[in-house]
This record gives sequence, structure tokens and C-alpha cells, in this order.
Amino acid sequence: MGLLVEQVVNGLQFGVLLFLLSAGLTLVFGIMGLVNLAHGSLYMLGAYFAVWFAGMTNSFVLGLLLALAATAAVGVVTELVALRTLYRRNSLEQVLGTFGLVLLFDEAAKVVWGPAGLSLAPPEWLSGQVSVLGVPYPAYRLAVLAAGMLVAAGLYWLVSRTRAGMLLRAAASNRSMAEALGVNTRVLFSLVFALGAGLSALAGILAAPLLTVHVGMGEEVLLLAFVVVVIGGVGSIRGALFGAVGIGLLDTLGRAYLPGLLRGVFSTPVADAVGPALSSMLIYVTMAAVLLVRPEGLFPIQRRAEAGRVVSAP
Amino acid sequence: MTRSTAIIAGFLFVALIAAIPAALFLHEPYLISLFGRLAILAVAGVGLNLVLGHSGLPAFGHAAFVGVGAYSVGITTLEGIPFLANGWAQFGLAIVLGALSATIIGALSLRTRGVAFLMITLAFGQMLFYGAVSLERYGGDDGTTLPTSSTLAGLSLERGSIALYALSLLVLLLATYAAWRVMRSPFGAVLRGAAVNERRMQAVGIQVFRFRLAAFALSGAICGLAGALLANHAAYVSPANLSWMRSVELAIVVLLGGAGTTFGPLFGAAAFVLLEEVLSGLTEHWRLIFGPLLLLVVLVAPGGIAGLLSGKRDG
Repeated sequence: MGLLVEQVVNGLQFGVLLFLLSAGLTLVFGIMGLVNLAHGSLYMLGAYFAVWFAGMTNSFVLGLLLALAATAAVGVVTELVALRTLYRRNSLEQVLGTFGLVLLFDEAAKVVWGPAGLSLAPPEWLSGQVSVLGVPYPAYRLAVLAAGMLVAAGLYWLVSRTRAGMLLRAAASNRSMAEALGVNTRVLFSLVFALGAGLSALAGILAAPLLTVHVGMGEEVLLLAFVVVVIGGVGSIRGALFGAVGIGLLDTLGRAYLPGLLRGVFSTPVADAVGPALSSMLIYVTMAAVLLVRPEGLFPIQRRAEAGRVVSAP
Repeated sequence: MTRSTAIIAGFLFVALIAAIPAALFLHEPYLISLFGRLAILAVAGVGLNLVLGHSGLPAFGHAAFVGVGAYSVGITTLEGIPFLANGWAQFGLAIVLGALSATIIGALSLRTRGVAFLMITLAFGQMLFYGAVSLERYGGDDGTTLPTSSTLAGLSLERGSIALYALSLLVLLLATYAAWRVMRSPFGAVLRGAAVNERRMQAVGIQVFRFRLAAFALSGAICGLAGALLANHAAYVSPANLSWMRSVELAIVVLLGGAGTTFGPLFGAAAFVLLEEVLSGLTEHWRLIFGPLLLLVVLVAPGGIAGLLSGKRDG
């Protein structure tokens, strides 16, 4: 029971991080129609900047704020210089172009911070344990969960209750119509991209104390974020939230319990060999199944007139 | 295909063949290894180009089929099953299993369109990747070295051997020719037509799905063959052959060379391998140059190298 509680909270916390990462991705993907592989690089940069600035200022919170600003700045410059020209290209060309950016960012990180992994200690006031339903649990992980939920709530408010959010939804459902009605989509896109970059960076910063900060961490998690976006429905914040929490729980619980379940069915050596692979496969099997039944994802946003344009093939 | 692209492709082929005497007389075995990798990458590119280029389907899991081919050779070599441990059986198995896995994956994936198709092919690729990781017997995560190479018609296809290199060139030549013939046939016309307007193709009474599935299977077979060559070339198989970054690399080869063109995969593989070679000779951090270069190609030359050569946007 204690293990189950711990794994569920772990899954939720992982899901929340995934949500921060996929929220930006789904907006950029859904509204601008851009398949951005470099989104994971911003996550990585956020983590590296956090280690850097936290070390300089000796304060986690200051480091977080500075890293957030620095990564958002990198994101905005990237959008202005490179990505803006990619919006109207087909998805394959976008993959090629943004993969070039991934190589650039990875190598740049290697040059600046070296090939070895870095670590970041959580702030002192969050380094202890707290009790969750009677189970001791690291306070920092719980704080990540809380912070993620707070940001999710803020994002929900922004998208569904503010004027900016209304314009954003309008552009997502029919870009030409929004343009015709006088929405400056170019400025809107830049703002959306900056928002997405910030969210991705925040995920990286919050994740930094939980793992080793290393080159390539962006690509590892990017694929999961894409799974979340596709399962939830491209462009849908609500879909990203449910998708992220679902995938977070599925992945965490799968890894924790699937090998044990298999051991009950197969012989131990077989189960030990197949278990880890099968639990890694679980989310991809889920994604394939979802796509076969509902190619638009579980929570597709409503599109009008130019239906399917954003998600259509080249 | 225009005349200028054909001439340049011809020159490239001649240069690849000329590497054989150069290696023999000048004792430059490295050239064979480098060009061998180029040729194998180009073969896989020809396979992917059928789907990605000619059919206009954004497939992103083709490294899996290369991996299936590589593991076919690897497993039969290591197990030493009598009737399967010869080159003909190994290469045949790689082709058949490549086609078979592509048929199964294609039959499911082709029910979706656009980005969903891209993601679902990626998902299947990942499943096979983790499948390879779970093969503890063959090294699991790390993969395994192959103690012996395939033997084909009495020739041992050893790592770095002229025989393996010559076979790779022959396969590249044949695959390029076969793809060209296929795309000139009525079958190819259907694929190209469906890439431009699927609905119109359906309205003419053609079941696009079947044609695309056949193209997918053919592309899987060619990639499986490339994998069999690769296993011998590296004398090593590992799940890294199947990783999604490899699939992206393959797509880059096709796009860089010119998607949907006859010689695009050859140009793309040549540019990819040679650029990597030259740039990594200049600096350890060659990706700092290579990355922006890729972006630049997309921005200024969307038709790839073949597009640049023929002077048309779409090659």
C-alpha cells in the first residue's frame, strides 16, 4: 500500500512535468502547425541554466527565475531567426530543420558545460521528507507536483478566461478567419512560442534536481511529450493535461508493477527479460491504439472551415 | 530526373567504384569503410524514399526495418543454425522479415494520415527498438559483436573487405534501378498520384491503401537488405540501429538529397557522410556547423540537392 501511494504520487509528479513540456509543444504544434523537435532542447537548456545560475547566486529560486528568463530569451531568438520561416513548410522539412537546431543546441551545451553530467541540489527548505497518507515522501517532489498543478491552473485560466486566450483559441481553430478579423497572428505566434519555451524551460528547471543534467536529456523526454500531444489531440491544452497525467501514471506504474505481474504468468528469467522492455513499450502501444481508434486524439480541438489543414500531410 | 542530375549521379557511382583500385593499390582501407557506410546508407535511403519521397507519406520508423535486417544476420550468425548460417539465407531472411514487419506495421499505420501517420510509425519503431533491447541473449542494450561474417557465393563478406564493399555498391545500383523502374510503372504512377491527391485517386476507382501497403512492404524489404549489409559492415548489431534518431537520420538523407527523386538518396547519403567526415576532421564540435547547415538546406533548398542540380524547386 505504501509503495502504491508512492508510485502514484511519482506518476502524478512525472505527469505534471510532462504536462509543462507538452503544453508548449501542443500550442506550437496546433496553432502554428510546427513540428518542433527543438522543444526538448529548451527543456535541456532550462536545466543547464538552472544549475549555472543557482551555482552563481547560491539561491535555487533566483537560479530558477534567471534560468527561465534566459531560456525564454533563447527561445524567442530562435523563433525570430529560424522557426518563423518554417511555419509554412511541410512537416518533414520542419523535422529536418528543427533537427538541425537540436544538433546545434546539444553541441553548444557540450561546449559550454562539458560532456559530463551536472547535478543540482534542491533548495534546503525542500530537502526533507513529508508524510503523504502516512508514507514519507521527498518534499521537493511534492513541491514540483504542486507547482505544476498551479501552472496548469494558470494556463487553463489564461486560455479559457482571458482575451489573449480567446484570440489564441480562435487562431488554433481557424487561422485565416482570425487573421481576417484583424488578429496579428505573427505577434500572437511569437508570444505563444515564448510561452511554450518558458513552460518547457520550467519543466527542465524543476526536473534538474531530480536527475542528472546531461546532453541528450531533451531528446529522451521530447518523444514522450509528442506521445502526450498526439494522444491528447494536437492543439488541445486539456488533452495535454489528461494525456500527460495518464502517460505519467501509465509509465511509472507500468515500470513498477508490470515485471511483477509477468512473473506471475511466465517463468522468472523470461519475465525479467521481457518485463522492462514491455513496460517501456507500454506508452507506445497505447499511442498506436489511440491513433488507430481516434486519429485526432482523445480531446481534439474543434476546427472550422479549414478543418484538418493544420494536421494534414505535406 | 534531369540530365545534369543523372550525369552527376554517374560520376558519384564511378567515384565509388574507383575507391576499389584506390584501396587496393594505395593501401587506403579507410576509404572502403567510409564509402561502404555511404553506400549502405544510400540503399536504406532508396527504401525510405519510396514511402517518404515518392508516396509523400511521412514515415518515421524506418530504422526499425534496417534493424530487423541487421538482427536477422546477427542472430543467425550467433546461433549457427546450419541451413540459415549461409549468406543467401541470411540476406533472404533479412529481406523477407523486413518486408513482413513493414507489411504488418504498414497495414495498421496506413489507416491514419498526416501527423498521426508520422507518430504511429514512430511508435511502432519504438516498439521494435525496445523489443531489441529486451534480447538479453544478444547483448540487450549494448548489442553484440559478430564473430564471423556472412559468406555469399564463396566470398566472405568481412568487415572492411572489398567483397562486402562491391556487394554494397551492386545492391545500391540495383535498388536505385529497381526504384526507378517501379516509379515509372503504372504502380508508381498510382503512388505519385495519391501523393498529390488521394481522394481523386479513390474516385478513379483505385484502392490507394493496397498500393501504399505494397510500397511500404517493398521499402521495408530494401531497408532490411541495407540492415543485412550494415551488420556485416560493422560486424556488430545493437538496438542503436533501431533508435528513433536513426530514423530521423534516414529521413535527413532522403530530404537532403531530394525527396521523391531517383538519385536523391545517393546524393543525400554522400552529402551526409562526407560532410560529417570533413567537418569532424576540422573540429570536434562539428555539429555546431552541421546543425545550422541542415536548417539552411531547408530554408534555401527545399528540393534538396537533386532540386538544386536540376534547377527546379521540386527536383
